[in-house]
Amino acid sequence: MEIKEKIIEKIFLLIAFSSISILALIAFFIFEEGLPLIWKVGPEAFILGERWVPSQGSFGILPMIVGSFWVTTGALVLGVPLGLACAIFLCEWTPPLASMVLRPTIQLLAAIPSVIYGFWGLIVLVPLVRNYLGGPGMSILSGSFILGFMILPTIISISEDSLKALPPSYKVGALALGATHWQAIWRVMIPAARSGIVTSIILGMGRAIGETMAMIMILGNAVKIPTSFLDSARTLTTNIGIEMGYASGDHRQALFATGVILFFIIMILNSLAIFLSRRRVG
Amino acid sequence: MSQEKKIVIKNFNFYYNSVQALRDIDLDIQSNEIFTIFGPARSGKTTLLKSLNRLTDLIFGARHTGTILLDGMDIYDPELSLTQLRRRIGMVFDLPTPLPMSVFDNVAYGPKLSGITQKKRLVEIVEKALRSAVLWEEVKGRLHTSALRLSGGQQQRLCIARILALEPEVLLLDEPCSGLDPISTASIEETLRELKKEYTIILAPHNIQQASRVADRAGFFLNGELIETGPVFQVFTRPKDKRTEDYITGKFG
Amino acid sequence: MINRTRYLTQSIAKVLIWMAALSTIAVMILILFQILREGLPILHLRFFLDSPKNMGREGGIFSTIIGTFALTIVAIFFAAPLGVGTAIFLREYTRESQISRIIRFGTDCLAGVPSIIFGLFGFVFFVIFLNMGWSILSGGLTLAAMILPTIISTAEEAIKTIPYSYREVSYSLGGTKWQTVMRAILPNALPGIFTGIILSVGRSIGETAAVILTAGSSLMMPNSLFSPIRTMSVHFYILAREGISMEMAYGTGAALILLVLSINTVANWLLNRYIRHRV
Repeated sequence: MEIKEKIIEKIFLLIAFSSISILALIAFFIFEEGLPLIWKVGPEAFILGERWVPSQGSFGILPMIVGSFWVTTGALVLGVPLGLACAIFLCEWTPPLASMVLRPTIQLLAAIPSVIYGFWGLIVLVPLVRNYLGGPGMSILSGSFILGFMILPTIISISEDSLKALPPSYKVGALALGATHWQAIWRVMIPAARSGIVTSIILGMGRAIGETMAMIMILGNAVKIPTSFLDSARTLTTNIGIEMGYASGDHRQALFATGVILFFIIMILNSLAIFLSRRRVG
Repeated sequence: MSQEKKIVIKNFNFYYNSVQALRDIDLDIQSNEIFTIFGPARSGKTTLLKSLNRLTDLIFGARHTGTILLDGMDIYDPELSLTQLRRRIGMVFDLPTPLPMSVFDNVAYGPKLSGITQKKRLVEIVEKALRSAVLWEEVKGRLHTSALRLSGGQQQRLCIARILALEPEVLLLDEPCSGLDPISTASIEETLRELKKEYTIILAPHNIQQASRVADRAGFFLNGELIETGPVFQVFTRPKDKRTEDYITGKFG
Repeated sequence: MINRTRYLTQSIAKVLIWMAALSTIAVMILILFQILREGLPILHLRFFLDSPKNMGREGGIFSTIIGTFALTIVAIFFAAPLGVGTAIFLREYTRESQISRIIRFGTDCLAGVPSIIFGLFGFVFFVIFLNMGWSILSGGLTLAAMILPTIISTAEEAIKTIPYSYREVSYSLGGTKWQTVMRAILPNALPGIFTGIILSVGRSIGETAAVILTAGSSLMMPNSLFSPIRTMSVHFYILAREGISMEMAYGTGAALILLVLSINTVANWLLNRYIRHRV
């Protein structure tokens, strides 16, 4: 009986290690495929190289890094204020009717598959940008707009949780000292909840950097460093997604190498977010 | 009344991490008696009860020194089966804790755990246990309805029946009547008097009056120490220790 | 003078916040409206029952529905036991310790890995290394890895809601840890666990990047776990990007939206009922 219990406990321990094992496997295989190419081309040449021409053996991913950077920045510029505003709305300013509409809306936004977002962006947003602002339409601007809405649910839910977790005395105390409602929110509650809000932003960033399908459909396919928001571009993710279907040999390895860089960036962001949120709770 | 010692507690100290909850407890419990451990809150009564069936093992940071013997055997002996021990010493908690299943399944839970699966046998066991807990008449018509629908007093007697189904030797009751109305309390106390004939019972009462109504011998606990023991009548009317007297007369609670 | 500025600021802030909330709702309506308006008229019974013909220009989406279905089932089949088992371990077999911290870190990190990375991994590990080829199995296993963190966290939440007294009662009646888990805890945590599974189903259905790289994009009906298939979301993507048929794209998109939204609505309702609804 005792032995049976011990065995069962060991089995559960093994099962529990599945998630970290999978993570390790992912890291191992991605690195195994991608690292050799990075060494071959040279890390500096790979990360800072400006030319990506697989047919000629040029594997520089700087355009993609810049593309990812700008798209993500644009998404945050849109998503953070909008998300914070909605979080405040849900937390402080809700006539019950309004939150009954906004909350399901956010849940729906979170549930919509990225290909749908991409499609809508392609059909509606891209022509708009092309006709009114110029350029090919498939641009960083369009991508940022869509991406901003895609990361909204992440930012809203975590920020709202942080605001809700504040002791009521913060707000009540501020009001008692003569602050207006808005002043209580802006000068007391938000600063108090800032670590949670920052965590939500970091997670939103991670989500934005990792988005693939919608970006493939909206950003166009330009493999050069973008110089304006109306330019087409590629991100690290779209680089992989677009070419993986027909890449082979060194080319394919270069795509895995792109994955290695992406993996690093995401791991750093994730660890930062986990670290911040543990500090907050613990 | 048998003079055998059912449970012998010797030099028992108990710690939750660095906090000492029980100090040098020396206590004998005799077979077929109702022994009541009474005292103010946080004096270690629950800890002592939970030590007897090693429910304290579930608590992280729990340590002890000293021995507890059941029929002469050390309950902390690694050779001893923990599940067996807990079937021999059953516990009823202060709040009724029916599991979210039918009355029948609640009572049959313990026997099923110990491997009894024959339907006929289970039916017999359940009926016998419910009768001993003086609950059979009230529930026999609705054995398969949810136990959560019973009244507080009935649920508590259900908890007693649950243990009786395992045919234990010792019953531990930790304030079993707190939260119950006087009628339910009276019926539980009556049940205990019936059960004494077959079982050894250790009771932490809700108040002193209950202790004097039901028990044979009593032990006064204060801040983790056992201050004095003796026959119930003697402890409550002519306590040997001043602290006991102060507590009984209400000088502190 | 100062007083009036404060209240002016507040009014401006209020307006901006309302605008933010309204524009969020507006965008969502725009997105859904656009696709459903063009796509709903295309949804008729034949659309669902016929398989795609002529590269998807004609016919329906039946084989992709089967593909989506099959992939999701395989994913749940592998992820559910692993996820629930992990949750049971974390809550019943261990306290907060080095081991549990490592496991949680792994789970949280896994949750943040982008789908394209899962796609690359699934491709090199399942398709190539384990030689499963582009198949339902490869895609399903990759999806299983993606939904594992979700199942672990919802299962943990579900188990957390089980009152401690159930455990105490079960142990005090002579139950072993395994018996207590199986008879007192798990049966009562099932609704919450089920909710997590449904949430994961919703996510799997919309997943595209990882699926394309591991399950392939064949339009033919699968005949085994090793057959390649195309899911609805992949079909939608290919139709739209290759410009094959806008009409079919809209139809597939509408079907996809309806499916995902209904599953998510059910899941969120369950979530509020069984998990968030705690005193």
